[in-house]
Amino acid sequence: MSEKTYKPGNYPDLPPPPGTVGVYGWIRQNLFSSISNSLLTIISVVLLYYLIDGIIGWFFLDAVFDADSKIACRKIDDGACWAVITRRVGQFVYGFYPEAERWRIDITFLTMFVAFAPLLYPDIPKRKWLLYFSVFYPFFAFVLIMGGYFGLQKIEYSLFGGFMLTVILGVCGIVCSLPLGILLALGRQSNLTVVRTLSVCFIEFMRGVPLITLLFVASSMLNYFLPPGTNFSILVRVIIMFTFFSAAYIAEVIRGGIQAIPKGQYEAADALGMNYWQKTRFITLPQALKISIPGIVNTFIGLYKDTTLVVVIGLLDPLGIGRAALADTKWNGLSTETYLFVALFFFVSCFAMSRYSLWLENKLNTDQK
Amino acid sequence: MKTKMLLAVVTAGVMFAGSVLASTLDDVRARGKLNCIINTGLAGFAAPDDKGNWTGFDVDFCKAVAAATLGDASKVNYTTATGKTRFTKLAAGEGEILSRNTTWTFSRDVDLSQTFIGVNYYDGQGFMVPKSLGVKSAKGLDGASVCIQTGTTTELNLAEYFKGNNIKYNPVPIETNAEAQELYKAGRCDVYTTDASGLYATMMSFDNPSDHMVLPEIVSKEPLGPVVRHGDDQWADIVSWVLRAMMAAEEKGITSKNVKELAAKDNKDKEINRLLGKDPLQGLSKLGLSADWAVNVISQVGNYQESFEKHLFPLTIKRGMNALYRDGGLHYIPPIK
Repeated sequence: MSEKTYKPGNYPDLPPPPGTVGVYGWIRQNLFSSISNSLLTIISVVLLYYLIDGIIGWFFLDAVFDADSKIACRKIDDGACWAVITRRVGQFVYGFYPEAERWRIDITFLTMFVAFAPLLYPDIPKRKWLLYFSVFYPFFAFVLIMGGYFGLQKIEYSLFGGFMLTVILGVCGIVCSLPLGILLALGRQSNLTVVRTLSVCFIEFMRGVPLITLLFVASSMLNYFLPPGTNFSILVRVIIMFTFFSAAYIAEVIRGGIQAIPKGQYEAADALGMNYWQKTRFITLPQALKISIPGIVNTFIGLYKDTTLVVVIGLLDPLGIGRAALADTKWNGLSTETYLFVALFFFVSCFAMSRYSLWLENKLNTDQK
Repeated sequence: MKTKMLLAVVTAGVMFAGSVLASTLDDVRARGKLNCIINTGLAGFAAPDDKGNWTGFDVDFCKAVAAATLGDASKVNYTTATGKTRFTKLAAGEGEILSRNTTWTFSRDVDLSQTFIGVNYYDGQGFMVPKSLGVKSAKGLDGASVCIQTGTTTELNLAEYFKGNNIKYNPVPIETNAEAQELYKAGRCDVYTTDASGLYATMMSFDNPSDHMVLPEIVSKEPLGPVVRHGDDQWADIVSWVLRAMMAAEEKGITSKNVKELAAKDNKDKEINRLLGKDPLQGLSKLGLSADWAVNVISQVGNYQESFEKHLFPLTIKRGMNALYRDGGLHYIPPIK
């Protein structure tokens, strides 16, 4: 027996006893530490197996991805009948926009990212040039989508629908409501009585009325003021209502941000001899907006999801398209598939917005706390 | 400032409204398209197919009017409306016709300043229950929760019927037919009530239609028909005679297959000649239509029977009250003279 000798304090660490480390150790510690825990683990695994097996089976393994009707689907397999989606994916995306013109929507959608890039990512190369495009983009998008100029076929608004409608309503509402909200927030803090009163009235009125009421106003009331046949597009009316509604909320969120700025900041600005606009531009807004990012994005996500309310005034957003698909005798009854698909779309877009806001918060974080 | 703006807008609106005097027909012709207000989705009556083309019994009527006025059944812009927005959309001029399974009632006709131009489908409100509920008659529905579409006549009928029979019930208000199906399937309501046609359509959508039944009681009269705005009698005449022409065509055995043939020859039945423009009707110029208007309607859309069988037979809906009077139904067409 050759036992090595060590100087005091130099004895090497022994390896931990087997069964307490590695995968085995983790399992033993967390899943099978006692009899009752072991039982629970086994039961859970069995339950999970059935649950996951059922879900995966329904979603994928037993699902039918292409068939002519629900009855044809059921003949093939008894899982989800995704054929209602695959056969109508064009309708879900573009509504009733003519098939030959759908490239216009594609281009508008893709260039939207180019237009937004310099606004969303300040570090982007050639930002200045891209900004010119951003300014020009709304006109570009309008002409391309509506048509009627430069030899493009004019498209009736009643053909709009699906995700395209959601994105149009959501993006227009978001883009227009932010500046309006900032102005309202500043107006509410203003020393000028008229400006302040008007801002307060506007904000309180818009916040005090349910969005659905505003939508009914847009769809019904405004018509009575306008001559029959003017067709001041319902789309524009709805966008205006969405903008006003969310601007009121944004204004309050930003006001919260403005009030959170320490008073010393204003005093310092005054001491430097800045006028109101300089102070707003360089001191108030940069800090207030940074503080309000989570609130602003929250409002935007809310607005985006609220666009589904247009279904009550007869516009066919993805939910409406889904319902219309369910009214087709061929697909009648496949509501689970339809609603899941629409839910997935909303989840993806809202999650993206929420991730962006987190990224922006981290980027602008100057750790003043 | 804001009030002034508002005033200006209102004044301008009133002035414009006063200056619009062109007839509806002229408007439609100038636009080259008919604007038709339809359901956002109701099986058999209006639903888009996979290609995005609207089809259905109510949609066919829009097409028929387009065929009569513009000579082309495809020249229709469809605008969808829910039960709540349909009348305001019509009143606001977003469409020339409301062809959306709309029940003809006194107050809608008179109070809302609409003109109902006839009945294209006689319906009645019924109740659907799962067979497992064990109810054989609507009288046995005491304490049941009932899914009901808001803003429709069915809501009122239900209240009146149950109150008249001293039955208590919990209404579960819903917005659309699709929503009702879900709630009913999930067992959130014991009973779904709407027009019997809708009940059959809903039942067909279930995986096991035989587990459900429509109770024998029909508690209301629901004459469904197309609607136009008050104030343009010429347009109302056009729309109502398009409907009658489709029914008359069924009565006389004119179908989309033989209409061209019948229009070309001299028929023994002079009514066919008059309808198909061989021997043009008097006053057709007052209506503002060409002599072959009915030929266009029947050749492009079909007669009443063809439209009915194409869209409603798949839902197992029978002709019943909607047969011609000679077959024991309620459709009785004035003579084409």
